[in-house]
Amino acid sequence: MIELKDVHKSYGTLEVIKGFTTSVSKGEVVCLIGPSGSGKSTILRCINGLEVYQKGEINVEGQRVDAGHKSITYIRTHVSMVFQRFNLFPHRTALENVIEGPIFVKGESRAEATERGRHLLNRVGLSAKENAYPTQLSGGQQQRVAIARALAMQPKAILFDEPTSALDPELVGEVLSVMRSLAEEEMTMVVVTHEMGFARDVADRVLFLDGGVIVEEGAAKDVLGNPQHARTQDFLRRVIDHV
Amino acid sequence: MQKFIQDAVEFLPILFQGVKLTILVTLGSLALSTALGLLWALMRVSGIRILDMMARTFINFIRGVPIIVQLFYIYFVLPEMGIALSALNAAIIGLGIAYSAYQAENFRAGIEAIDKGQLEAAQSIGMGWAMTMRRVVLPQAFRIALPPYGNTMIMMLKDSSQASTITVAELAMQGKLVAASTFKNATVFSLVAILYLVMCIPLFFAVNRMEKKFGSGHK
Repeated sequence: MIELKDVHKSYGTLEVIKGFTTSVSKGEVVCLIGPSGSGKSTILRCINGLEVYQKGEINVEGQRVDAGHKSITYIRTHVSMVFQRFNLFPHRTALENVIEGPIFVKGESRAEATERGRHLLNRVGLSAKENAYPTQLSGGQQQRVAIARALAMQPKAILFDEPTSALDPELVGEVLSVMRSLAEEEMTMVVVTHEMGFARDVADRVLFLDGGVIVEEGAAKDVLGNPQHARTQDFLRRVIDHV
Repeated sequence: MQKFIQDAVEFLPILFQGVKLTILVTLGSLALSTALGLLWALMRVSGIRILDMMARTFINFIRGVPIIVQLFYIYFVLPEMGIALSALNAAIIGLGIAYSAYQAENFRAGIEAIDKGQLEAAQSIGMGWAMTMRRVVLPQAFRIALPPYGNTMIMMLKDSSQASTITVAELAMQGKLVAASTFKNATVFSLVAILYLVMCIPLFFAVNRMEKKFGSGHK
């Protein structure tokens, strides 16, 4: 469903993605892990055209991702994104955030979008907060609204860019449990994360990135439980020691 | 004091005719400068080089020429090119264009203060540039631009007196005419000053209320 072939990306002369090839099939949960600066967020942002890449090819359902082409709208309405810093619209309530895309981008009727929006807020456990503004919500609640906003587009896949990194530790669980339930419903997900527990339990596949390349990839239990590369071992040791 | 009140009763009807024109010039040029200012600001943030350059050049040009000269140009020079405007229209257009440069910079500052994450969130749900501006950026930029906008409104009200230089008989000019024919300078100009102040007060309140309404914690 999402295919990346030899993708290269650089900022000026600094190459941050150095030939990245992988694919994500329908219903799969793929976690990208790795040290900061390894290019994991950048590759995620390339998939829905928030960043342009210079070489190679990214295809979403056979459509080439090209940030400058109008086909990008098609890709973005089918591949949603959840951000590290939530990026909710502060001037709109939780419900308005959720129904914004369906009404104004997809042209759904307000009644239909509102009904589904309420259903989605209920699903992320925030029925009572539909009229709250983002500033009145905790970080965990904001991120759950952001997930509901992503779901409201009825996407075929969701990209998560470190969805719990900006949260207080005690709020991480509520967001991860929503993500777990999505995985159980076979939503296609690409998740950049530092939550090794989540990756181990939920991911079908884990990619370890370092220096803009995939160092190691495979089933979650193999990469995390029995890493083959010295760099993966080193990274995991440091991450897990920390916990 | 009694004399002052007697004179005031006599002069106020004449001065009120000036007030009417002052309000007309202010509202007209406020509307024009807001629309044009928004246009220049959007050109500047469009990311299209040529539009950015055009807006930037225009803004600098306007800011570098005194308003009074711009008014003279529109009222006295344009007719030579076959574009004749009434004094009132010339004043509204002149002040509107002159102030659009300042409005543009206010609006641009507001737009650029919006977090990049907002643009990305809008893009990520498939919004194009125009919709992102309309639905996400401008409503938030509006709140940020509101205090300087209020300031600009008050400055425009007072600068509408420059319309007198191209024969618009607004408040300042009416005052000058009355003073010249009665020699009661102190009375007349005190009245003129009070009238300007009285017109400013609703603006102070309006801005205050709007800031309260839109500014408090994004409600």
